[in-house]
Amino acid sequence: MYEIIDKKELTPGIHLLEINAPMIAKNAKAGQFVMLMINDVGERIPLTMADWNAEKGTITIIALEVGKTTMNLGKMKKGDKLRSVVGPLGLETEGRKYGTVVCIGGGIGIALMYPVVRALKQAGNKVISIMGAKTAETLILEDEIAAHSDELFICTDDGTKGHHGFVSDILKQQLDESKQVDMVYAVGPIIMMKVITDITRPYEIETIVSLNPIMVDGTGMCGSCRVSVDGKMKFACVDGPEFDGHKVDFQLLIERNKRYLEEEKLAIERYAKEVQGGD
Amino acid sequence: MTEEQKPKKKRAPKKYSMPEQPPEERIQNFNEVPLGQDAETIMKEAKRCLQCKRSEKRKICVDGCPVGIDIAGFIMKLSEGDFEGGVAILKQYNNLPAVCGRVCPYENQCEGYCVLARLKNYDPVAIGRMERFLADWERARGFRKPELPPRKGKKIAVVGSGPAGLTAGADLAKKGYDVTIYEALHAAGGVLVYGIPEFRLPKAIVQAEVDYIKMLGVEVITDVVVGKSITMQEITQIYDAVFIGTGAGLPKWMNLPGENLNGILSANEFLTRTNLMRSYLFPGSDTPNRIGKKVVTLGGGNVAMDCARTALRLGAKESWIVYRRTEAELPARKEETHHAMEEGVKFHFLASPVKYFSDESGFVNRMECCKMRLGEPDESGRRRPIICEGENFEMDVDTVLIAIGQSPNPILSQATPELKTTKWGTIVVDEWQRTAMKGVFAAGDIVTGDATVILAMGGGKRAAEAIDRYLTEDEPWPSSEKLEK
Repeated sequence: MYEIIDKKELTPGIHLLEINAPMIAKNAKAGQFVMLMINDVGERIPLTMADWNAEKGTITIIALEVGKTTMNLGKMKKGDKLRSVVGPLGLETEGRKYGTVVCIGGGIGIALMYPVVRALKQAGNKVISIMGAKTAETLILEDEIAAHSDELFICTDDGTKGHHGFVSDILKQQLDESKQVDMVYAVGPIIMMKVITDITRPYEIETIVSLNPIMVDGTGMCGSCRVSVDGKMKFACVDGPEFDGHKVDFQLLIERNKRYLEEEKLAIERYAKEVQGGD
Repeated sequence: MTEEQKPKKKRAPKKYSMPEQPPEERIQNFNEVPLGQDAETIMKEAKRCLQCKRSEKRKICVDGCPVGIDIAGFIMKLSEGDFEGGVAILKQYNNLPAVCGRVCPYENQCEGYCVLARLKNYDPVAIGRMERFLADWERARGFRKPELPPRKGKKIAVVGSGPAGLTAGADLAKKGYDVTIYEALHAAGGVLVYGIPEFRLPKAIVQAEVDYIKMLGVEVITDVVVGKSITMQEITQIYDAVFIGTGAGLPKWMNLPGENLNGILSANEFLTRTNLMRSYLFPGSDTPNRIGKKVVTLGGGNVAMDCARTALRLGAKESWIVYRRTEAELPARKEETHHAMEEGVKFHFLASPVKYFSDESGFVNRMECCKMRLGEPDESGRRRPIICEGENFEMDVDTVLIAIGQSPNPILSQATPELKTTKWGTIVVDEWQRTAMKGVFAAGDIVTGDATVILAMGGGKRAAEAIDRYLTEDEPWPSSEKLEK
């Protein structure tokens, strides 16, 4: 069992959990994720690691309430235990020196962006970070990312902080000012990643995206997370989750992530009743 | 057959039958299909046995058993009503008898060699059912811990808790080694828990057999992906020897247009959602498994039968198997095919999909198939299917399950280049299950490619012998060149 060592609500609906998982903490690398299961009848869901501490033997995940499992996770308290946490899974970010890199994170994607920014900075890159959120209140990890970035841009959909608009606007602006950019890293909503790759394509800038398909085992066994990259089938859990963004079939990913919408809705409704009934 | 082996008194020519849940009832639930036999019936069955002696000239039941069980021995005890004695013999050879008594293809193994069946109109002795009976009897009574030899003070890591790993782990513990099994998923059992459905192998039975193996002192640690959570280098530093039994967990695809459409799943995904994640309880459990009205399963093996039968239980109105050869070539066990047909699974032989179509919702709704005919036998001895050009047809379909086989799980070998692999991704071993890494052994589907539970157990058993030999005798490790051959 995996004890929750610390838990806080970063902003409404976004929770940070520090979990006791020494083996994962020891081998964790930027870009990797864990599969987490709350209880015996729980679902296995992939969650990116925002941080880890090998000495303390803990990992940190940041989860946005989107479905029953993440809502339930939001209700858990310090000292509660999780049925299963497996990892670190997926391939790590290639933390090499590119020169100047632009790291873009949207929404909860910022959680995964943080260790990537840190790794790229440590590898000697000039790191320009662009973070996007719906509104100032839902922006996470600003200080942490600022500490490892040479430049930081913030965007909000409603203009309550930073640029009033999308992360892609800032990227475009950077490229239009003919700044030298050697690599772009993007993680966030699928549509955001797609727009970013469309912007960088004419510039032929290497663009890495981190994908978030539906997974079951997370170890290459089932193919639920299959994506099409350069026309070839890849499993995001073992071949990814990072891929060359210019080769990803985003439309397919959007379609495949709709597979269980009805069931997810049903589970949330049922859960809402359960929670109400329990109060 | 010589004079002395002929039945002295007349044996019942047919197996005593085992009651089963009727088909119309069982497709409404996930409970086990065969219901077991009572002591009286099984003792009568045991008395059908001729107690043949093995000789060089004549093969008998045990020659067909990949783990070499003293079959005549345990049947003798059973016929005398000495169940305890029967269990003791069985357990000397087989650590998972309740599993084997359910999923072994006995008809091709022990029962395939049964001398009684050589008489005209005689069934073989029902060895599988007797194994099942003894295992169930023992489990109901409660497992007794066998006497274990003194500990040798040597540590062995087993990677994977499927049939190969559990067998190797149990045998090594019985030899006095300290064994730790690492499992990637959150429950032990490998394919026994994620793949084989509840109605064929209840998970409580797998759990009980795993608990028995823990009783032998074997430690099972779940949620560890070796190669990710811990590397082989780290493991080889901690342990005196390592056994790899990571199985064939990578689904095969046909690479057809439209194969990534929603509603098209690998057998592994469909079965893992149902079995390991218990989606059949949804929304009582949290993992969904959407099933359409018309389900088509591709393939003809046991896994295909499992998929088609599971689909019915999840509420499919029609469950089809589309197979490119004919009924005669179906690789599934006869019993599984028989059960599937009884339950109303329909078969479309000599057909194979070529393309999938979807509606605007992104879910598959139609598939185009080609017709096949059988040509000359291929290397497997089965007649090769040949496409009949220009005779394509279409089928409406809501869910497609791809059950055409699995490849070896690549995570560990990708993370461990020192392990030599074949072009199919299987790990190369010698006759003693030794890999290219010193002190590291492998067996089961990761070595053979996808096969049966019992063959994996046989491999695990050989590996346990080999590990014992490696740790007690000072033999040189085979060179890479030797492994090439």
